[in-house]
Amino acid sequence: MIKSYAEQFYYLMKLGREFEIRAKEEYMKGNIGGFLHLAIGEEAVHVGATVGFGKGDIFVHYRDHIYALARGIPAKEVMAELFGKVTGVSKGKGGSMHLYHPKYNFYGGIAIVGAQIPHAVGAAYARKLLGHTEGVLVAFGDGATNAGNFYESLNLAAVYKVPVIFLCENNYYAIGTRIDRVSAFSDLYLKAKDYMPAISVDGMDVFEVFNAVSKAKEYVETESKPYFIEAKTYRYEPHSMSDGGDYRSPRELKIAKERDPIERLKEKGLEKGVLTPEFIKTIDEKVEKEIEEAVEFALNSPEPSEDELYKDIYCEVCEDVVS
Amino acid sequence: MLYREALKKAMDELMEEDETVVVLGEDVGFYGGNYRVTEGLYAKYGEKRVIDTPIAENSIVGNAIGMAIGGLRPVAEIMTVNFSLIAYDQIVNEAAKIRYMSGGKVSLPLTIRMPQGVAKQLAAQHSQSFERIYASIPGLRVFTASDSITAYYGLKQAILLDDPVVFLEHELLYAQDFDFIDIPHFDVRKQRLIKEGNDITVVSYLKMLHDTLEAIKDIEKDLGISVEVIELTSLNPLNLDKVYESVKKTKRLVVVNEEPKTGSFATEIITKVIENNFYDLDAPPLRICGEDVPTPYNRKLELLSIPTPDKIYKKIIEWGKENGL
Repeated sequence: MIKSYAEQFYYLMKLGREFEIRAKEEYMKGNIGGFLHLAIGEEAVHVGATVGFGKGDIFVHYRDHIYALARGIPAKEVMAELFGKVTGVSKGKGGSMHLYHPKYNFYGGIAIVGAQIPHAVGAAYARKLLGHTEGVLVAFGDGATNAGNFYESLNLAAVYKVPVIFLCENNYYAIGTRIDRVSAFSDLYLKAKDYMPAISVDGMDVFEVFNAVSKAKEYVETESKPYFIEAKTYRYEPHSMSDGGDYRSPRELKIAKERDPIERLKEKGLEKGVLTPEFIKTIDEKVEKEIEEAVEFALNSPEPSEDELYKDIYCEVCEDVVS
Repeated sequence: MLYREALKKAMDELMEEDETVVVLGEDVGFYGGNYRVTEGLYAKYGEKRVIDTPIAENSIVGNAIGMAIGGLRPVAEIMTVNFSLIAYDQIVNEAAKIRYMSGGKVSLPLTIRMPQGVAKQLAAQHSQSFERIYASIPGLRVFTASDSITAYYGLKQAILLDDPVVFLEHELLYAQDFDFIDIPHFDVRKQRLIKEGNDITVVSYLKMLHDTLEAIKDIEKDLGISVEVIELTSLNPLNLDKVYESVKKTKRLVVVNEEPKTGSFATEIITKVIENNFYDLDAPPLRICGEDVPTPYNRKLELLSIPTPDKIYKKIIEWGKENGL
């Protein structure tokens, strides 16, 4: 356990969790509307993968806040987007499910299950053709592995030999349906093993996810071939705020929480002496302040102006491109 | 110049100029293209830029979206518009929305070429027109290519624009030879005045434009009038200024297209003209469209299901006589 990573992981996971706990509160207050999909419990996957991946394009699904934060996008810009404010990452036009920030190589935020998987294959193809060395990472849930997009993309990535990491977050539930009720088998890495190297890791252990993704990144970039990682994880919250979560027993939830990724890192880190109680206290305070500032920023930010309605539909600077 | 050669010329010139322009689709590479549109490009630019894909339309467009994000200008060929429904999610939910959902942060310089329309005896699953469903999606540009001029200039502009463009071709036009002239300031987004006239404004595009032009010679002779013809080269965004102007002069409007009449794109054009020109009109506008039936296989029935020069002639003459011409 490397100290600097342990510290970074603790900060980012804590930031992600506190951000989402606060987002839930703000949702209940009516400051956030629409759908809100929380990833509380899944921090180890989102943080471990993003940090392990480092530079390169990332494509994710609608449960995208912690990825965005782990990528370095300021919490206030993410929070403002959830509030629908013009200062948000997508000017308030995307909302919780559609965070985009090309400056951070972050491309959504796609809210159609599995639709982002081919985007990642195409982006990997493009970057490779243009001589870039970085690979691409695409995250999706267990539900997406039963859809056509998934299989088409595994096939194409293998045929075109593109540097892409497929990261499947197996949290066992596609909205409210348990994976083994709708999938022929629930060890999802088996679905990819005939196309590419495919492994399964403990998604509640941030170092395990980090190590797997770091290794996969080296593989995809040196071999120019795809790689598949299944991270077994769990979300504590329902699928979204509009879902009661009745499909899971309190006992199941309790067992999952015993593997809590933040607590596990804290315990192990303290035990090995790479984390100290002082550090944890400092980070907890820093995160609290950051979230408070993000909410303040979001609350005090202006709504988009009315003319924004008609902007960003088509390219507005391309009038001279043609003719 | 053959229509399909004009399309290829547009791609070829841009591929030569700009290494980020790539072509992808089923059979576009080694095979040379099902309609021979990409013939020769594979040999010239290689398999990395002329990319053969599986028959999997959803990922053809999905990949093209990622390519556009990754710095390329992909031109995706969907073999026919019929199969584009398999890619409908990627076209409508993804390509058309990403710029807006990202608050303008992400551009998609992406072109999706596809032929549509009724060819010869291909039956219901291979003979459809879908401009109504694409041209009503904000965020998608929809261009049509009716001859070699609009094929060449329109496709070039589609590829150069930083927006997703659905580029509609017609199956029966690929092998047709059209006069080609250089038009220095051609802009596909402005509709094209094909022929001036004083008594009826006819609006059309794709193959129906040619069927209309054929019918008009006799209509003008038999009614002793002149007809103005406007070709729609951009269906979305839809700029009808030329049509409004024309209707002010002619006072009469006919729209001819190949889609089934109910909900056809002709309906949208007529609605807009009524909103804009109601008091200019001396006659109720006339829609000449396909019948509300799946396209039949039998050739006789097939021809009954779509406008033909003869039907266009008869419908306009009858309507003209009822309305004082």
